[in-house]
Amino acid sequence: MKNTLYDKIWEDHCIRKNDDNSSLIYIDRHLIHEVTSPQAFDGLDIKKRNIWNKNSILATTDHNVPTINRDKGITDPVSKVQIETLRDNCNKHSIELYDLGNIKQGIVHVIGPELGLTQPGMTLVCGDSHTSTHGALASLAFGIGTSDVEHVLATQCLNLTKEKNFNIIVNNNLRPFITSKDLILYIIGKIGTSGGTGYTIEYTGDGISSLSIESRMTICNMTIEAGAKSGLMSFDETTHDYLKDREFLPDAKYYDQALKYWETLVSDEDVIFDRTETFNAEDVEPQVTWGTSPEMVTSVDGTIPSSDAASNKEEYENTLEYMGLQSGTDIKSIPLDKIFIGSCTNSRIEDLREAAEVIKGEKVASNIKQAIVVPGSGLVKAQAESEGLDKIFTNAGFEWRDPGCSMCLGMNDDFLQPYERCASTSNRNFQGRQGDKGRTHLVSPSMAAIAGIKGHFYNVREFMNEK
Amino acid sequence: MKNNFKGQVIPINRDNVDTDLIIPKQYLKSIKKSGFGAFLFDSLRYTSTATLDSTESREEDELFILNKKPFRNGNILISKSNFGCGSSREHAVWAIQNYGINTVIAESFADIFSRNSYTNGLLLICLDKENISTIINNALSSDSYQIEIKLESNSITLPNGDNIIFDIDESYKDRILNSLDDIELTLRYKNEINDYEKKMKTIKPWLFENE
Ligand code: SF4
Repeated sequence: MKNTLYDKIWEDHCIRKNDDNSSLIYIDRHLIHEVTSPQAFDGLDIKKRNIWNKNSILATTDHNVPTINRDKGITDPVSKVQIETLRDNCNKHSIELYDLGNIKQGIVHVIGPELGLTQPGMTLVCGDSHTSTHGALASLAFGIGTSDVEHVLATQCLNLTKEKNFNIIVNNNLRPFITSKDLILYIIGKIGTSGGTGYTIEYTGDGISSLSIESRMTICNMTIEAGAKSGLMSFDETTHDYLKDREFLPDAKYYDQALKYWETLVSDEDVIFDRTETFNAEDVEPQVTWGTSPEMVTSVDGTIPSSDAASNKEEYENTLEYMGLQSGTDIKSIPLDKIFIGSCTNSRIEDLREAAEVIKGEKVASNIKQAIVVPGSGLVKAQAESEGLDKIFTNAGFEWRDPGCSMCLGMNDDFLQPYERCASTSNRNFQGRQGDKGRTHLVSPSMAAIAGIKGHFYNVREFMNEK
Repeated sequence: MKNNFKGQVIPINRDNVDTDLIIPKQYLKSIKKSGFGAFLFDSLRYTSTATLDSTESREEDELFILNKKPFRNGNILISKSNFGCGSSREHAVWAIQNYGINTVIAESFADIFSRNSYTNGLLLICLDKENISTIINNALSSDSYQIEIKLESNSITLPNGDNIIFDIDESYKDRILNSLDDIELTLRYKNEINDYEKKMKTIKPWLFENE
């Protein structure tokens, strides 16, 4: 029988098939953070249960942490309690925590791969929906709720029902200055935000294999925005090169054995998926979302669509009202207030390099109230500084911050004021996501960079050709 | 939860109700599982925002459905497609339950939200578009619109006596009816989990090397 990559990892971790449709699945790696773990530890305490395998767990603080003036400590008392609760829990259970002040601290989905904690063929969970990111390393990774966090802490397993297999094939290569962020927004625009519900999506084709691991992670990251809990990509030379020298890789004495296993992590040739969609990477233009769902997206040279295309007119009207936009408006004419470059979608070194290439020698437009760059981890920050990227940003008028989720969800002090409009490299443009009544437009790092310089959206391809 | 129960419907007439909308991030700083009901649909419900520890009373947005009679005291939420999309925050389920809602009916649900509802015993029912709009429209135009859900017979009785049959996964139903302790159930297979680990220590030893 032929198997998909998903089938293989699933079978490898299946301990038993239950009487209903579900199976008992073993979890290799568990990442935790301050927001979705306190109630899980509390649940363990109440029932006096132990942690099954503390070595499988790594904790970090990311969602809630300040990205500026860290030496002053955390001023918000409620945030402080949450972070201290994580510290106490990790302490009590001897769980490794990369906390503020540690260079390895950062957004959980950035540090997992970067430290080699995410490895091919693993099952990996975290109480965060963007856990799908880790699938770029051929690991079956998905977000879980707090009850399931508790379940994994106590049993190292979850009872899961298998999803169906969905293959997204991307042919040909993206054109210069078009990024994998544009590609995934384009795909979500086509299949919709529930297009992947009930499936695990595997991305294949030369449009994917030609991408770096960082770019692949951006696609897997936003797979949840297409409704699928996991995105997967097969193991290849690029994966292998990425993994080399990562801190937590298998020890030399096991490395060859591990590599041999990793090389099996591809879908069998001619395997049949439950669903297949094919896209041409050459069709993709720089993308900008205009509404309050990631599927409300168009190319930068486009206009706000008219209500004719909307299935629900009332909802369409409400969306435009919320966004303060009118149908027919040119995307490029929309003025912006804030620029955010960061989040688990686009805060890796490659993203910062892309943005810096555009920004180099330019200045932030006068109508932009604030433009911030928030690296995904302490290691990304250090790398960027060693390449002088921080200077490029600050010389242009961007603020250079400490790592964390920051304005992606605005749980700390970085958020939009009511009606402020932001070009953001994050993943969600939901109502209020970046701040109450805030207006979010999702874009790639280079598109956010050029928007900061022009003060409105602009086609980065044109700009770079002119430059 | 009982097999049968009756309640007022609260219609949220839109697709893609995301978990940021159900409960905004500022309330996720709590380390407890309770107290989220006051913040359900916060940005739609009130004219100003609050924080977890703020005590001033806020002005309600009288246009929002939860602030109107009879919906304020409803316990069955009904909405359209892709309900619960977005963030994995289980707080969304807790907020719905804390408010006093015990069932959500929609055209479809996002995967992680479904899973979180299952683990917390929040009943989710999928109905087709047509039935959903019938219920939403009637609920919006009636002074009171109470429906009765009978889990035993997988049916919903509307105020006019019509019956709608729904599909529901039997294990899910079982979970709702018996509120089981999932961890306890899994730990019955402790030996199998141990055996699996032992096997993996030889097949994939690199996964266990720092023990
Ligand atoms: S950066 Fe945003 S999406 Fe990513 S984990 Fe943090 S809050 Fe979630």
